[in-house]
Amino acid sequence: MAAAVLTGEAACAGTSAGTAAGTSTPGASASAAATTAPAGTITVFAAASLKATFTKLGTDFEAANPGTTVTFSFAGSSDLVTQITGGAPADVFASADTKNMTKLTTTTLVSGTPVNFATNILEIATPPGNPAGVKTFQDLANPDITTVICAPAVPCGAATVTIETATGVTIPAVSEESAVTDVLGKVSSGEADAGLVYATDVQGAGNTVEGVPFAESSTAVNTYPIAALSATKSPELAQAFIDYVTGTDGQAVLTTAGFGKP
Amino acid sequence: MPRIASSGPGSVPRWILAIAIIGALFVVLPLVAMVVRVNWGEFIPLITSESSVDALLLSLRTSAAATALCIVFGVPMALVLARTSFPGQRIARSLVLLPLVLPPVVGGIALLYTFGRQGLLREPMNVLGIQIAFSTTAVVLAQTFVALPFLVLSLEGALRTVGTRYEAVAATLGAGPTTVLRRITLPLVLPALVSGSVLSFARALGEFGATLTFAGSLQGVTRTLPLEIYLQRETDPDTAVALALVLVAVAVLVVGLAHQAGSRTRAGGGLL
Repeated sequence: MAAAVLTGEAACAGTSAGTAAGTSTPGASASAAATTAPAGTITVFAAASLKATFTKLGTDFEAANPGTTVTFSFAGSSDLVTQITGGAPADVFASADTKNMTKLTTTTLVSGTPVNFATNILEIATPPGNPAGVKTFQDLANPDITTVICAPAVPCGAATVTIETATGVTIPAVSEESAVTDVLGKVSSGEADAGLVYATDVQGAGNTVEGVPFAESSTAVNTYPIAALSATKSPELAQAFIDYVTGTDGQAVLTTAGFGKP
Repeated sequence: MPRIASSGPGSVPRWILAIAIIGALFVVLPLVAMVVRVNWGEFIPLITSESSVDALLLSLRTSAAATALCIVFGVPMALVLARTSFPGQRIARSLVLLPLVLPPVVGGIALLYTFGRQGLLREPMNVLGIQIAFSTTAVVLAQTFVALPFLVLSLEGALRTVGTRYEAVAATLGAGPTTVLRRITLPLVLPALVSGSVLSFARALGEFGATLTFAGSLQGVTRTLPLEIYLQRETDPDTAVALALVLVAVAVLVVGLAHQAGSRTRAGGGLL
């Protein structure tokens, strides 16, 4: 794997950058063209839900491209947009939804077209052993089941509302949290019988929670776009990292973490 | 060479004055920056929306309840710490003041492990049929937890400053302990009690981390003003800034009023 990445010429990286920026089919671009990332350092601003996967991808990328350093700043997508708009020194932005990426593409802060690299769906999280016996999305309408969801203002809450509307099920939630991690915390501590979080959160939480997938989650699929920022001083390295994320190796890591294909 | 300022009350060296001004600017400038960012044209509609009003009223209600709890438990705690001596008193004092230095989130987690559904007190609470999780009670508990040290700290300091001379005299004149407390001790430390209560109220009003962790966030039930600001910030920065200003205004108003009340009853005392 490392050999394939290292054999390419510097010019080759430039070519693949051009093709990857225009396409929205990850996998094809990076795996077909061997790339060499120029040495240097880039800072990647990534959504909080990408923390585990991108930390691993960064380490893998550095190993495959000696001389490169990838540093990360993880936070809520809207926080990151605020920071980037405020002039924060970022080279790449990976958003947890298209809405926040659009906030940047409508300005001149993004260079090229964002590429969708992953999707995420909601899943019911329950404490270990599922004490309330939650089996379906409809079960959450039962007021005896203490359910915690995200507030409609944040992406996971917006997805929850979409599914509620699509199914006609109303969840009498006892709390509408500002962050998906807060929902997860209420479930893993056993305070809540159920919570609606992303499938990747269930995966990442290990055995502190149990996941209950439900078919209706397909009505609200969250898409993750990634883009290089115009302010970057290392556009080639930034593009090489994006290619890596959308390439075979990056996609494998994302799939393992529970993300879906874009 | 530092020179002494010739005029002004108390006269401090000029360089002290200069540093003090920089320090004051450090506190005031961010507030000014926030006021500048407020969308004044939309200010009234923003802060009178249903969710904003719910959050403000909930904050005021819970902070008042938390302050009452702080007084009920804090006054005896301060008295015990200041007027008695027992083995392990220093440790006891440190423990009581712990919430001051504890990150509120940690306080929230600790409360969860105590009063939560899986917490330490789950058996007795189940027997009594008490459900605290996700209720307004949880908000009050979180606020009391973080605000209590402020009252204990300011009151204990005042009790030590006032000393025990008058109490001793009253006792020799035949007054019982409760009479001494009611007629001598409490009137003497009243300014400190007022300022301590105000500090507790202000701290409860600003409580965020413990509430978020322990109580959750639901409009009208557990979503206090700081939580509403945190949530609105995601989608509607204008509302967040407007509400932040309301929070600051309420805090300044309360602190100012009580400061006046405190200085009218007796000059000085406590932390204010």
